[in-house]
Amino acid sequence: MLWRAVWRAATRVPSPSPPRRGLRLRGLDQSPSPSGFSDVAPPMEETVLRPLYMDVQATTPLDPRVLDAMLPYLVNYYGNPHSRTHSYGWESEAAMEHARQQVASLIGADPREIIFTSGATESNNLAIKGVARFYKLRKKHVITTQTEHKCVLDSCRSLEAEGFRVTYLPVQKNGIIDLKELEAAIQPDTSLVSIMTINNEIGVKQPIEDIGRICSSRKVYFHTDAAQAVGKIPLNVNDMKIDLMSISGHKLYGPKGVGAIYIRRRPRVRVEALQSGGGQERGMRSGTVPTPLVVGLGTACEVAQEEMENDHKRISLLAERLIEKIMNNLPDVVMNGDPQQHYPGCINLSFAYVEGESLLMALKDVALSSGSACTSASLEPSYVLRAIGTDEDLAHSSIRFGIGRFTTEEEVDYTAEKCIFHVKRLREMSPLWEMVQDGIDLKTIKWTQH
Amino acid sequence: MAASSRAQVLDLYRVMLRESGKFTSYNYRTYAIRRIREAFRENKNVKDSAQIQILVNKAKRNLEIIQRQDPKFSHFC
Repeated sequence: MLWRAVWRAATRVPSPSPPRRGLRLRGLDQSPSPSGFSDVAPPMEETVLRPLYMDVQATTPLDPRVLDAMLPYLVNYYGNPHSRTHSYGWESEAAMEHARQQVASLIGADPREIIFTSGATESNNLAIKGVARFYKLRKKHVITTQTEHKCVLDSCRSLEAEGFRVTYLPVQKNGIIDLKELEAAIQPDTSLVSIMTINNEIGVKQPIEDIGRICSSRKVYFHTDAAQAVGKIPLNVNDMKIDLMSISGHKLYGPKGVGAIYIRRRPRVRVEALQSGGGQERGMRSGTVPTPLVVGLGTACEVAQEEMENDHKRISLLAERLIEKIMNNLPDVVMNGDPQQHYPGCINLSFAYVEGESLLMALKDVALSSGSACTSASLEPSYVLRAIGTDEDLAHSSIRFGIGRFTTEEEVDYTAEKCIFHVKRLREMSPLWEMVQDGIDLKTIKWTQH
Repeated sequence: MAASSRAQVLDLYRVMLRESGKFTSYNYRTYAIRRIREAFRENKNVKDSAQIQILVNKAKRNLEIIQRQDPKFSHFC
């Protein structure tokens, strides 16, 4: 009887404090001492209030299974995978090759086509600069879009300084590129087309199969920055005719500081290495491969493959819930990006007549961002929003909500309620909102200069 | 090894939920509990004993993972 009562107490999910009461208690305070079985003293009651994490596009927490897989390689199996003469090296190498197989099977590639790097930024640099420089004798043109990640745009800029021509394709109002424009932009001396699969700011999904088809028919290499897409939507490099793909570890519940690049072998894509050294990773990326990190990446990929369908279903439901709640309770809210060709876990909403920074400050117990983490330090509105044609004022008032594997329904409800409350409060204080309520069209106002 | 009986599977389920309750992180705790419930519910009608054994072994491995997330290390959080 006692056991049953104790079991019931143990398995009851500790109910979080209801959102209406204000700040949520997280971290150490929520530690339940459920059963009295554990002889570890419960952690000290430091009331550390930590915000809800709704910024999964910036980074994701480590999945416990990933941490578990990494630990042995951080503690006991610390050998260098390139040491050929002893068992420390052999076991480390075996782990590295196993991880390579795990990453390859997630995207439908051959393990020999996966090169480990330090992250998607390095992979993007390697893909763009490496391919362009290798074929530079006859091919001097590269195509990309205006909504790419900063590392892609910056790599292209540095290529321009070297004498290449780069076309930055514009996107339509829904964030998706126009395929006819892409076809028109491809020239006889184009070596590479680089278009990201899922945008990290607005979550739009580009038509990768169509782009792959166009590129392969015109004999142009197709690179996609799939950092936000790998492990979240099914990807197959052969069906989608992708020649190069960048993968980021910390976007799919893996460790930070590791990534991979997929480089096709049939037909062979040649890449000029950026990093010179001992010739590791087939000479394309020299340097000791960090075994614990790549084991983490491999496990994250395997877990993602198992959990993909389940996660996608859940995240879609939660996203619908969030959007419905906010849109039904607030007028003048715009969702940026195409609503159909869209990854549900990345929601970018613009709240008219509210300043984005002040809304973020108000929502201080929810970790959110407006625009990508790389650009959050600057005061300019995001270039992605500008590329999709959002008005200046709406671009300043956009917030990105990220929903991931570990996000709960309560967190989504709390975020929605707080958001609605603060937007209403900020609008009450806004003179622009007053004018709009009086029926004045803001665009007809002539603001005088003092 | 005898094939897992219903009682053993239920026992495993209870133990897994209890161990998951020890996660100090709200997100990990709710995820583990939810995922365990979903997985056991999803597979409750599996009849093939070989398949059942595979699933039980997988659950046992996951239970070990949960148990290894030592609450002593939560002080780092």
